[in-house]
Amino acid sequence: MAGGPRRQYNNPIIRWIEYRLPIVSTMEATLGRDMPTPRNLNYWWSMGMILTVALAIQILTGIFLAMHYVPTAEGAFDSVERIMRDVNNGWMIRYMHANGASLFFAAVYIHIMRGLYYGSYKAPRELLWILGVLLLFIMMATAFIGYVLPWGQMSFWGATVITNLFSAIPLIGETLTTWIWGGFAVDNPTLNRFFSLHYLLPFVIAGITVLHIWALHVHGPSNPIGISPKGKHDTLPYHPYYTTKYLTVFGITLIIFAFFVFYEPLYLNHPDSFKPADPLSTPSHIVPEWYFLPFYAILRAIPDKLGGVVMFIASVAILFLVPFLDTSKVRSSRFRPIYKQFYWIFIADVILLGWCGSQPAGGIALLLARIGTVYYFAHFLLVMPLVGWFEKPRPIPDGISKPVIPKERGDIPTRSSPEAAE
Amino acid sequence: MSSTADKEQDKEASRRDFLFITAGAASLVGAGMAVWPFINSMNPAKDTLALATTEVDLSPIEEGQRITVMWRKKPVFIDHRTKDQIEKARNVSLSELKDPQSDNDRVQRPEWLVLVGICTHLGCIPKGQRTGDQLGEYKGWFCPCHGSHYDTSGRIRKGPAPTNLPVPPYKFTNETTIQIG
Repeated sequence: MAGGPRRQYNNPIIRWIEYRLPIVSTMEATLGRDMPTPRNLNYWWSMGMILTVALAIQILTGIFLAMHYVPTAEGAFDSVERIMRDVNNGWMIRYMHANGASLFFAAVYIHIMRGLYYGSYKAPRELLWILGVLLLFIMMATAFIGYVLPWGQMSFWGATVITNLFSAIPLIGETLTTWIWGGFAVDNPTLNRFFSLHYLLPFVIAGITVLHIWALHVHGPSNPIGISPKGKHDTLPYHPYYTTKYLTVFGITLIIFAFFVFYEPLYLNHPDSFKPADPLSTPSHIVPEWYFLPFYAILRAIPDKLGGVVMFIASVAILFLVPFLDTSKVRSSRFRPIYKQFYWIFIADVILLGWCGSQPAGGIALLLARIGTVYYFAHFLLVMPLVGWFEKPRPIPDGISKPVIPKERGDIPTRSSPEAAE
Repeated sequence: MSSTADKEQDKEASRRDFLFITAGAASLVGAGMAVWPFINSMNPAKDTLALATTEVDLSPIEEGQRITVMWRKKPVFIDHRTKDQIEKARNVSLSELKDPQSDNDRVQRPEWLVLVGICTHLGCIPKGQRTGDQLGEYKGWFCPCHGSHYDTSGRIRKGPAPTNLPVPPYKFTNETTIQIG
């Protein structure tokens, strides 16, 4: 993807390939030894790698599950039970797939939190961020339709409630919902198309990930102090420095993942998923998976059907606008004493919304969800633009190689504005 | 001189524009026509539509009894209403209703109430069909998902649902049989 002179290889086979398709040098220039990377990246920057691994786990386990899964309303639930009981190692593959989704979301949320804290979305990385939000949207769609496939009670009613959201759209709502269902209710045609799309979308994610990494490569990763590297002294080759650093995170992640898969595979599951779908009986309390809870709380917090749906979508879509809502020129929250506090209030707000989403609607949970929803949007629409204007950032260090000087000393050589530091 | 040249150029340009626009419009129509069969293939298929009518024999349903039948894979509630229930449904002024509709407009014969049993909020099945079910504050149906209360005419009275439980198209084919759809 990068232009410029390419590395010469001694191995004749690699040379033969390189002459025809410079794929090895491109990979090394993208995430290898020829990728200059800011030398101060911390562990929060490892999530990109974890996400790639998570996508690979999902695609691989998914391909093998699809060899045994029967995508029909009659056969789906039984085929999943067959995978669990009769297919060799089927239980393991399925638990890896089910818990892999949670791993994927945990990693993507940490990845997004890191981006929000360190201002990774600011110029010139706006498009990189926007592609990331697009990936989040497709991930959510994929996870939702994947959750429907086992055709248990939660699958069926989750699908019913979420697809009914579209019926709130004025004029075309009914027609659109019927089109999505391929019938007049969630049924076999719906399951068939969900299976088809669930197989397709991960490859769309993989494709957009290539664009995401390409955009990352153009200006390189941002870094904890938010000042671009000024030369070789500020960078390290991605490989072996960051590959080894992040392999540590990879190992720890796999240990946690294995703990869930082998010891608590159903920790994040819901008992209603063990009942086959029954179109005549709604579970008394419908909850989505943990990674959708904050958004579900926002949906229920709005007393109007259409309004709820609009806010539900807006709660994710607003991330698209973050690069344009944040008016501060300083990237990293390390130098933003006021925004940093709002950042942590925002994280607490999202966790609060998550809790509200897990509770039955009504009472204190509903009240808190409403307050939480107002604050959620206020963070993006008020805090981000206003704090950027009014806040006086702390002194910005000269460059990446300098910030090791104690924070509180007044005599750090500083520049007044980040543009000057660029 | 120059103005004539301009005019000629304009003429040339407009001819080219015309070709661009017609070619562009034709390719748009072509693209639309190519895409439409695929989009349309996701609409309900013929066999799905073939399930579109259901006949129900009403004779075994006692007064005060409710049954559920399937129509287009949706539950349909059939309620053989008691005098008291009819009375309750009729003694409501339209101004009290969120989705104003008189009971008369919702039934063909007052003792038979036919409803699509799907909450108009987000598609759950309201409780009230089985003995012992919660009937809600208005003694009709109650949706447990997000707490919508329906009255004895299936009209929304309280909760997030925007509209009344819909009445499906149906007709009496004889004294004791209805055809839904």
